[in-house]
Amino acid sequence: MSRVMYLHIGLVVAAVAMILGLRLLGNEYAWYMGYIILQYVLLAVSWNILAGYAGYVNFGTAAFFAAGAYTTILLGKWLGLDLLLCVLAAGVVSGLLGLGMGWLTLRLRGVYFSIATLSLAVVLQTLVVNWPYAGGSSGVYTLRPQDYLVFGNFSEFLFVLMLVLAFSGIAVAAWIERSRLGLGLTTIRDDERAAAAAGVPTLRLKLAATTISGALMGMAGAPLPYYASYLNPEAAFSLNYTINAMAMTLIGGTQSWVGPVIGAVLLGTLQQGATVTISSAANLLIVGGVMILFVTLAPKGILGLIRARRRKGDRA
Amino acid sequence: MLDSFLIANAVTSGLLLGCLYAIASMGLAVSFGMLDVVNIAHPAMMVLASFLIAVICAASGLDPLLAAVLLAPPFGLLGAGLYRVYYIFFERRGQEAMQGLAFFFGLMIVIEVALILVWGGDQRWVETAYGGHSLNLGPIGLPLRMLFPALMALAAIAVLFVWLRRSFTGRAVAAVAQDREALRFMAINPIRIKTIAFGLSIALAAIAGGCLIVVQPVDAHSGHIYLGRVLAVVILAGLGSLPGTLIAALIFGVIENLTATIFGPAWSPAVAFGLLLVMLAFRPQGMFGGAHG
Repeated sequence: MSRVMYLHIGLVVAAVAMILGLRLLGNEYAWYMGYIILQYVLLAVSWNILAGYAGYVNFGTAAFFAAGAYTTILLGKWLGLDLLLCVLAAGVVSGLLGLGMGWLTLRLRGVYFSIATLSLAVVLQTLVVNWPYAGGSSGVYTLRPQDYLVFGNFSEFLFVLMLVLAFSGIAVAAWIERSRLGLGLTTIRDDERAAAAAGVPTLRLKLAATTISGALMGMAGAPLPYYASYLNPEAAFSLNYTINAMAMTLIGGTQSWVGPVIGAVLLGTLQQGATVTISSAANLLIVGGVMILFVTLAPKGILGLIRARRRKGDRA
Repeated sequence: MLDSFLIANAVTSGLLLGCLYAIASMGLAVSFGMLDVVNIAHPAMMVLASFLIAVICAASGLDPLLAAVLLAPPFGLLGAGLYRVYYIFFERRGQEAMQGLAFFFGLMIVIEVALILVWGGDQRWVETAYGGHSLNLGPIGLPLRMLFPALMALAAIAVLFVWLRRSFTGRAVAAVAQDREALRFMAINPIRIKTIAFGLSIALAAIAGGCLIVVQPVDAHSGHIYLGRVLAVVILAGLGSLPGTLIAALIFGVIENLTATIFGPAWSPAVAFGLLLVMLAFRPQGMFGGAHG
């Protein structure tokens, strides 16, 4: 069997084990916590598609995420669309947003892409604040169904939905790493000019990466209105999502999808534990501080540390 | 309705505001534009200076603009130290594109959260003797709380320009922006020059912080909107063009103030970032910059 098969079987087994385990636990809060951590796994993995493989820093995670959340709100209000369809629509909307941002700035140096994504978040937030149909600055409420299809309660459904999304995100990232796309992105990260000279279609590959990464972030945001039953611009565009996606990826390591997953599980669990005991501001301080520590002292993240140790072991 | 007096007043206060934006942007024009150090945390440092100045003024009764001048040298030293850290951990390793950017982003978050944890999320301001007065030129009013910081900003910028043109170190800073390696032929260490210049950019953030807190109350998140403004101004001007930065800031202040007067203040954040997006899409080299992409 190939490594791909192993990965896919492993993901399915892990998913089933997580669902069964949480069912046995039978605690509503466990579904919530699992949902949040998986949401961060998805955000970090999709952030890494651009940062880790192509070397481009996206400061607009919150923008793509919120675009997904507001797609759900608007389509639900306008057409009464089911959440599952909204998730797909959110993927399309945020994917197009990613494509647009890439098209605007990716011909320039990487730092301009970062600055543009930073602006995107503020421009979108201002639009939503000034748009009464989308709830304006006071926000909108979403009615949560009691149950959904075969799932015992709606929280369980949301958890399973996010589980499927997060693991699909991992599968996509793992596919990119093996594909010609991933190979091309790596050449861009190492030396964009040399890559272009060698005939790598740099712009097209970068656009593919921004689109995929944006779409996954939008899908991560789509269930948010149902999860929280209430959505306002401040919560949807929170800088928390941006800093967390960055910090988790950089702490875990950017070389493969394993890094963001490790970072998201570690930091996500830590924060879920910490919010109970300390304020959310102190929480953010920890995330920012840990990120600074890692980028200065361990720029290759936990994955880099593990690999360095292994290499040392081989030599001894 | 929109009569000509209203427009004239909006333009005038836009120009005064533009002077504030100019001093806020000038530090970033030096660090980002000339040194190629993308200091995303620059506005957060300005807000940090505003908070410290509020504390100094409350304790001593000093004028905030004077306090800013006193705070500039320690901020300059802080900046020099920060550049050393940045150089050792990121620039020397060639990791400024991702890890370096993340470092400044993290620094920005840490400064903001630290301000909230120490002083709370409330707005802070400083009472000045001239706060409520204004200078009336016919129908146009110049509030002193905006006029004095504007004059201070222009004075600081003038000193910066003269220093960059006349002094040896200043000219070396201009040279490092053009060709780092050529500097080595002149037996000047480019890293030392960059350290001095980056320190200077943070000292300018302290001056800007003083001007800011006289003009408006400041809270821990004020840096966000200023991040958009200063990036818009620096890119509008074309990276590294300091006189361009001054002109771009004035134009920007007027555009923003007119937008707020005509469409309402809720739209003013979109001006900065919207303009930035448009500039990046159509003329990334700025109005005054040459072609360097």
